[in-house]
Amino acid sequence: MSFPWAEHYTPKHPLMKWMDEKLPLPRFVYNAVGGGYEVPRNLNYFWNFGVLAGLALTVQLVTGIILAMHYAANGAVAFDSVEHIMRDVNSGWLLRYAHANGASFFFIVVYIHIFRGLFFGSYKAPREMVWLLGIVIFLLMMATAFMGYVLPWGQMSFWGAQVITGLFAAIPVVGEPIQTWLLGGFAPGNAALNRFFSLHYLLPFVIAGVIILHIWALHIPGSSNPTGVEVKGPQDTVPFHPYYTAKDGFGVGVFFLIFALAVFFAPNAMGHPDNYIPANPMSTPAHIVPEWYFWPFYAILRAFTMDLTIPFTGIVLVPAKLLGVLAMFASILLLFFLPWIDTSPVRSGTYRPLFKKFFILLIVDVLILGYCGGAPAEEPWVMISQLAAAYYFAHFLIILPIIASFERPDPLPGSITEAVLAKSKHKTGETVAIAAE
Amino acid sequence: MATEVQGTEAVAHEDEGVRRRDFINIAAVSFAGVGGLAVLYPLITQMNPSADVLAQATTEVDLSAITEGQSIKAVFRSQPLFVRHLTAKEIAEADAVDPATLRDPQTLEQRVVDGKKQWLITMGVCTHLGCVPLGAGEGENKGEFGGYFCPCHGSHYDTAARIRKGPAPKNLVVPEYTFTSDTAILVG
Repeated sequence: MSFPWAEHYTPKHPLMKWMDEKLPLPRFVYNAVGGGYEVPRNLNYFWNFGVLAGLALTVQLVTGIILAMHYAANGAVAFDSVEHIMRDVNSGWLLRYAHANGASFFFIVVYIHIFRGLFFGSYKAPREMVWLLGIVIFLLMMATAFMGYVLPWGQMSFWGAQVITGLFAAIPVVGEPIQTWLLGGFAPGNAALNRFFSLHYLLPFVIAGVIILHIWALHIPGSSNPTGVEVKGPQDTVPFHPYYTAKDGFGVGVFFLIFALAVFFAPNAMGHPDNYIPANPMSTPAHIVPEWYFWPFYAILRAFTMDLTIPFTGIVLVPAKLLGVLAMFASILLLFFLPWIDTSPVRSGTYRPLFKKFFILLIVDVLILGYCGGAPAEEPWVMISQLAAAYYFAHFLIILPIIASFERPDPLPGSITEAVLAKSKHKTGETVAIAAE
Repeated sequence: MATEVQGTEAVAHEDEGVRRRDFINIAAVSFAGVGGLAVLYPLITQMNPSADVLAQATTEVDLSAITEGQSIKAVFRSQPLFVRHLTAKEIAEADAVDPATLRDPQTLEQRVVDGKKQWLITMGVCTHLGCVPLGAGEGENKGEFGGYFCPCHGSHYDTAARIRKGPAPKNLVVPEYTFTSDTAILVG
């Protein structure tokens, strides 16, 4: 939000003045991510991850556009063209490893970004629209990542496409025609590969568009902050540039360090060896798993092994397969309702003693789901994923609404500045005490 | 009458809101809407299987080389097709099951051609999420019921390829096929 005390854009150079009159793009940038955007002064490093997500998308766009110059989306040669990129294209191995690992890093960063929002109540009024658009971006990311993983046309690519489009076949009556329509055949083939390539190239630009809406919606109320207390005056904020460009710049450096470690020293650690075997429609790999970032949802999908029946009649209301598919989609779609599910007026988890405990449980639960999703479909993993899936839904549908009604929050600071000063006073108090000793 | 109408004409037009312009407006937008829908049709149906994909929709399989107890994988609509020569023991095992206890109740007779009970022809596509079950190849895991076993999510099929355990909702699909001779079938 442009708070009244925000710096105004005043071009000095005649060229910039001319530009400002014809197309005020520099003014727009200045007010969005420059000195004209006032941001709470107390943001911690968890607030770096929005910028990092944008950066990860940029890495994917740049490496992806280049890879498309060397890749051929045809079932007969797709696998070979990826090997051609790896062996023959100059620096091709680097670009492909950066793109493949970039997808994983995009998800790592976005998951941290989402959990930041979950803990600090960033989804609450007046920022509901920011959250909703964020979930849209997340869904688009999942679709893009899935279709991108099909392109190398290895065994995991092929069977991933088969299993994921098979999810739609679970829909009663129209399911199988939908699957055939999505694939352009009775099984994944050239038609599917071609359309996935087309959409894999398109969707990142759609994501970029929704990101612009996401930031636009954010800049109307202005950024949230770790206390969850709204900005009350000029003393609570600092201009985005240079304060947060510097802080984000540091985060970007750390991000690229870790990213480079993965790309150069463990480029296949997050991949599957099976995907270096060319796609074979006649043989399923012994252990099909999606990429790690889908594991929690895959575990929910597999957790449903029993049909929903009318007791004692044996009439099946909803078959197990459809239940699993519905639950998997519901686990993401219910996040759209989160701003209205959590009725606690206190935003930040810092001041919610009960919520804090359940939040940690949720993280543990999602990690367990993730582990089960990557494990084979055997006991004890099926049983564990059933319990963990049940808890996942209980967290959002039962626990959040209940604790909001009887939790007694800790006292909130009067303002952001008060919280910051209290912290630094506490710190100086300690140093004084140590000095006195 | 005429004078009355003249006097209230302007008011009546305002109230009913039906003017020539409204008609033209609705007609034009409707026409454009119909045109838009007509354009949508090719945009959507282009994603359906193309003619060359549909052209490969039938497969012939020679059964003469398949000995009792053996099974082979053929290709039908670019998907695996299991052709299995059941042994007398496997047929007896399948017949011993009360169909009422099954998730997808069917007898072996319902899944084979009359008088050709030893030939079990099914798709090699798990009805859960479309993996290829094991059991058709030499030395593969046939699952707890001696038929097929899907390694993806642990569905077990019996010797009539009926779902017995695991997440799959249906028996392995029996495609349409006819015996063109005693030792050959045409699938599709």
